[in-house]
Amino acid sequence: MFEIRIHSRGGQGGVTAAKLIAQAAFHDGKCATAFPFYGAERRGAPVVSFVRISDEPIKVYSQIRNPDMVVVLDASVMDSTDVLAGLKESGPVLINTAEPPAIEGHPVHAVDLTGIALAQDLVVAGSPILNTPVLGALARLGLVSKESAIAAIAETFSDPRNVVAAKAAYEEMRA
Amino acid sequence: MLTIATGNKAVAAAAREARPGVVAAYPITPQTEIVEQLASYAAEGSLDADYIPVESEHSAMAACIGASAAGVRTFTATSSHGLLYMHEMLHWAAGARTPIVMANVNRALGPGWNTWAEHTDAFSQRDTGWLQVFVATVQEAYDVTLMAFRIAEDERVLLPVMVNLDGFSLSHITQSLETVDVGDFIPPFNLPHAIDIAHPRGYGTLTPPDIYFRFRWDMEKSMRASREVIAETEAEFARRFGRRYGPTEDYRCEDADVVVVALGTLGKEAEVAVDILRNEGVKAGSMRLRWFRPFPALDLAGREVVVIDRDYSFGFGGVIAHSIRSTTGVEPYSVIAGLGGQEVTYDDIARFVRQREAGKEFWFGVSD
Repeated sequence: MFEIRIHSRGGQGGVTAAKLIAQAAFHDGKCATAFPFYGAERRGAPVVSFVRISDEPIKVYSQIRNPDMVVVLDASVMDSTDVLAGLKESGPVLINTAEPPAIEGHPVHAVDLTGIALAQDLVVAGSPILNTPVLGALARLGLVSKESAIAAIAETFSDPRNVVAAKAAYEEMRA
Repeated sequence: MLTIATGNKAVAAAAREARPGVVAAYPITPQTEIVEQLASYAAEGSLDADYIPVESEHSAMAACIGASAAGVRTFTATSSHGLLYMHEMLHWAAGARTPIVMANVNRALGPGWNTWAEHTDAFSQRDTGWLQVFVATVQEAYDVTLMAFRIAEDERVLLPVMVNLDGFSLSHITQSLETVDVGDFIPPFNLPHAIDIAHPRGYGTLTPPDIYFRFRWDMEKSMRASREVIAETEAEFARRFGRRYGPTEDYRCEDADVVVVALGTLGKEAEVAVDILRNEGVKAGSMRLRWFRPFPALDLAGREVVVIDRDYSFGFGGVIAHSIRSTTGVEPYSVIAGLGGQEVTYDDIARFVRQREAGKEFWFGVSD
């Protein structure tokens, strides 16, 4: 079982990102579950969501304590949250940033999802949409196939710019 | 069709597939997604039902009773304080023999204000005459909602059914879902005592003790008969759609010395704990209780039992622990855990089993 924890801020689409990853994994023929931790959500507050991907049916409902991978949709969350908490040894970190920080012991993958979203004018209520481009970046890392990522996005959103942004993130992904 | 959905969306999809004529509901977290989805189905025309947006849960249930008494298939959904606000009407729905199906997304009761999973809301409606079933996966939420209509409307039952799913941990989790074409699995609703304006009759009139007593006994006869109807319905569902359900979901129980009994998502997580314990040489099993009313006959003789109650009856104990003690004679180790959405992992459940002491009560996160 592969476990992913996503850090974002309320309104950035971290919860939907988790659903889209599960949907893409499902298209890859895997079992997947996605769920957020719901607190007193409000725009701008740090939010955590989770994805489990497995070849077998998933029976675990509790939160992910030792993720295999961490995704950070808003790097400013790292000022107040230990996004590496419980992350497995050498577990990768995908960060939405143009200036990747060095993190000891973990490979850092950086991509400017905000820039990609703004280039497509993918903005809702003042917030750039990050949950569709991040699928492209995760497909580049091999978490899900590119075809399944695009299928999951196309099923969920009718605006074709979401797929364009995901493809752009796939291309721009730096290791 | 194979797709993915949240627990809430699965319930709404199943309710639409059952083709109710009336949906009357009031939104409440974490159930709101169900009624939003049904309202949108009704608005787009994929659900040919009167959707009645009422001003409270009490009115929602009253509207459902009226519609059902007129012989119309009726669905609603609620949670927690909404369920409690219906309380008077829940008794009425069962007593009036209106076979309404309702999803209850289990949520703790305030104060302190809390929107997360707990089963005390449903158990507080234990004696209303409703059948109660607890589900643990998105697929099961869908399947059981479909089956609930057939069970409730069976002439041997004619009692309402409450489908319980854990707030957030199941209502908001996304999993794969295979939807079905229900076909004639749910026969047309034919209420024998339906209101017929051509043949006016009195409903809910003053009832003298001897008649009232017979009504109550008739409810209990139907509740007892529902065991057979549930079994038949689950068998027919398995025959048509390939997924098998029973009063409990047993995992590695055949040769188990110690059995974990829990409901809902904790009952599923317990299966992972069982695997861990088996690797340690402990012959553990998991028995996820699915039906709470009617309470099933459980085969627990000669085994140690660890009960996880996500509920509490103050001044008495865990509701399931006491139900098992009184129906089986087995003295369980009673664990109170998961109240108000408290995180309980498979490691925690394995620890409950390791530290078991028959007859003791343990409050997770408090007693230790």
